[in-house]
Amino acid sequence: MISAPFRNWLLSDTPDSRFQARMGRFYLGWLTFAKNPLALLGLIILVLLIVMAIFAPWISPHNPLSGELEDRLLPPSGKFFLGTDENGRDIFSRIVFGARTTLYIIGLVAVTAAPIGLLIGTTAGYVGGWVETALMRITDAFLAFPKLILALAFAAALGPGLENAVLAIAITSWPPYARIARAETLTVRNSDYLAAARMTGAGPFRILFGHIMPMCVPSLIVRVSLDMAGIILIAAGLGFLGLGVAPPQPEWGSMVAEGRSQILEQWWVCTYPGIAICIVSLGFNLIGDGLRDVLDPRGK
Amino acid sequence: MIDIDNLSVVFGDGENRVLAVDQFSLRVEAGESFGLVGESGSGKSTVLRAVAGLLDTWTGNIAVDGAKLGRKRSRDFYAKVQMVFQDPFGSLHPKHTIDRILSEPLIVHDLDNREARVRDVLEQVQLGPSFRFRYPHQLSGGQRQRIAIARALILRPRIILLDEPTSALDVSIQAEILNLLDDIRTQLGVTYLLVSHDLGVVAHMCNRFAVMRQGKLIEVAESAHLGTGALSHAYSRQLLLASKGYDRALVDTFADL
Amino acid sequence: MVCAMFSTRVENKMTQTPILDVQNLNVRFDTPKGEFHAVKDVSFTMGREKLAIVGESGSGKTQTGRAILGLTQGRITADRMTFHGSNLLGLSPVAWREIRGRRIAMVMQDPKYSLNPVMTIGDQLIEAGHRHIGTISPRQRSLEMLEAVKIRDPLRVFRAWPHELSGGMGQRAMIAMMLMAEPEMLIADEPTSALDVTVRLQVLAILDDLVKTRNMGLIFISHDLNLVRTFADRVLIMYGGRVVEELPARDLYSATHPYTRGLLACAPEVDNPKKRLAILNRDPAWANPPPRGGR
Repeated sequence: MISAPFRNWLLSDTPDSRFQARMGRFYLGWLTFAKNPLALLGLIILVLLIVMAIFAPWISPHNPLSGELEDRLLPPSGKFFLGTDENGRDIFSRIVFGARTTLYIIGLVAVTAAPIGLLIGTTAGYVGGWVETALMRITDAFLAFPKLILALAFAAALGPGLENAVLAIAITSWPPYARIARAETLTVRNSDYLAAARMTGAGPFRILFGHIMPMCVPSLIVRVSLDMAGIILIAAGLGFLGLGVAPPQPEWGSMVAEGRSQILEQWWVCTYPGIAICIVSLGFNLIGDGLRDVLDPRGK
Repeated sequence: MIDIDNLSVVFGDGENRVLAVDQFSLRVEAGESFGLVGESGSGKSTVLRAVAGLLDTWTGNIAVDGAKLGRKRSRDFYAKVQMVFQDPFGSLHPKHTIDRILSEPLIVHDLDNREARVRDVLEQVQLGPSFRFRYPHQLSGGQRQRIAIARALILRPRIILLDEPTSALDVSIQAEILNLLDDIRTQLGVTYLLVSHDLGVVAHMCNRFAVMRQGKLIEVAESAHLGTGALSHAYSRQLLLASKGYDRALVDTFADL
Repeated sequence: MVCAMFSTRVENKMTQTPILDVQNLNVRFDTPKGEFHAVKDVSFTMGREKLAIVGESGSGKTQTGRAILGLTQGRITADRMTFHGSNLLGLSPVAWREIRGRRIAMVMQDPKYSLNPVMTIGDQLIEAGHRHIGTISPRQRSLEMLEAVKIRDPLRVFRAWPHELSGGMGQRAMIAMMLMAEPEMLIADEPTSALDVTVRLQVLAILDDLVKTRNMGLIFISHDLNLVRTFADRVLIMYGGRVVEELPARDLYSATHPYTRGLLACAPEVDNPKKRLAILNRDPAWANPPPRGGR
């Protein structure tokens, strides 16, 4: 799979450059990850999802946005192999295009909620005192409400739409990340290497960003990838309640919602998007478990 | 070089209040290597951390190079005073390469020529350039401690605080590190304040040393007098005898601690 | 050759039969980077004496001690490993329980990690002696043991929680716990290296007295040559998993192996100031088998 000289270069105990050192570390992580077949399965699911999203127009056999009325509610067949919905749209094509929406939501939530939580948690943990009290009480206030209810309230207040759904999910997802980041910060706050960093004369920003955050990121990454399943479900829930994507756009959650009236007669309308949600959630869970082994900060 | 006057350090409050250092005064001359000896809880490391500016809850006066120090230390202070920690596994950031660990002080202090300085300091602690891009976990304990010493040296400080620099190392590695520290002091004329529980290490490294017990200074003595056993305080004498090895009869003479 | 060196064998079986007889002990670990051979062909016998195993980190001294009690994760092989003549190789978990703690006890380095933080010292002592059948109550016995390890206020310590004790007290309590089952042998792995010098000597004095009064054997695992020289009867020096030298402790200064001599030379000494400490130049050959299969 990988040539011997390249492998030796990666695993060298005496790297010649910053780049080689970093790649070597990355490769070791990959070796640990690849030892876990379930984690690999999760990775394959994620890659398929991304491929599906990128090549959606080429993969989908039909137009996902409009269909012929005479094709309404057709069962799976050679032409529509996952069947059609009540507007005669091909369900397979809608699932393929729905992957874009799903990726968009989880991607955006990951890049907003996780950094917000990281910043708030590490600041609270490192600075301490009243700053910590204030930040952590705000975090607690958010944590006091069930996530889905809070997201619903925000989405309802902001109005339907994909961006608002993402915003609502992001606003409700950061508090656990802040808690984790603070806990990690507290464990490293009194370490000798932070004392050594202070003794270089480094300011609080350098210590926070350069020394503390790298120690918190691994557990956050693990937590975020485990949370992805939940985020997909919340996004689907919002879509199901009509607070997510605006109608003709395909979104897995709203597809399930549209099919619920025919669930007994035309089962395929809501079953297939449901299975898609299920598989992708499972994939992220498996990846999260695999990453936990690779990134466990206590591992080394 | 280092003037400590009436230093007291308190940890915790209420029921958990501990007086870790109690009205401690000491004067270390420039170019001297001074030892602080004591058992655990004697406050020797706390004195060092107070001088280093790593503690907030001290009272009294600390002056370095004639300048009185406050709670917060300036960047210039750290260009003058550096520290080597006890545990070589805990004092290097696990996610930073050696290169980053050594470059960071240079970046903070806005110094140029970083490449050359990192290479020079690695040579000074007798590690080749091949160590530059490794991570701490790829190094042995002795090598890590050399990196910690290199980090302390790279700003060319005038004082190095040594907090049990060899107590986590094997005795043969300890010998290498102590010799290295000796060479550095001869070459650069830096002042050492060395904390250790091991009288042998202190006798070898320091001209003078202070014995501490329960936060208090017991006595200051010259290392040259150790061989003849000329210590004035009973506790110091007990410490000296105990460090020479096991003697069943001796144990019975110990004042109960 | 080894046995003959330290004891002139007398034909008195009662006193001279070794308690522990280990021949060609090997411990191997499987690691991702291949097999790691931690202990190589270690042989020794011991009676009711203080035997020290000395070496630096990675020398295999701890693994040797743990292998005797079957506590290592590695694979153990040996030509012979017997305790009072009964085989210690390939014992079942039940058989091990009969030996561990009852007949051979182990004291670890740091009492902080070996005492159960959610049980009082007294409860732990009673539990440690629960299989002992005697005429006095377990509580009474526990207090006696605490007294035996020179704790002046046994009742206070009996009622104390582990976090309320200092390092020295904790280690004494640990030793008292080991004594509850009246073992015939004690393996102490760096029992005093977490302690201050004076406390260290006090704990050693307790071990010393116990060996004498209770007629026990003691394996003392340490990195401190000076301590070993003044405390033990006999010393095994280990390097790279192999015993490189074995000699009576009092003769340590006349050791012949370059590794032993190097270790002695590189330690700073209080009353023997050296301008510069000697550096130990390691010879990889020390970890190889001796040239003409001496054993």
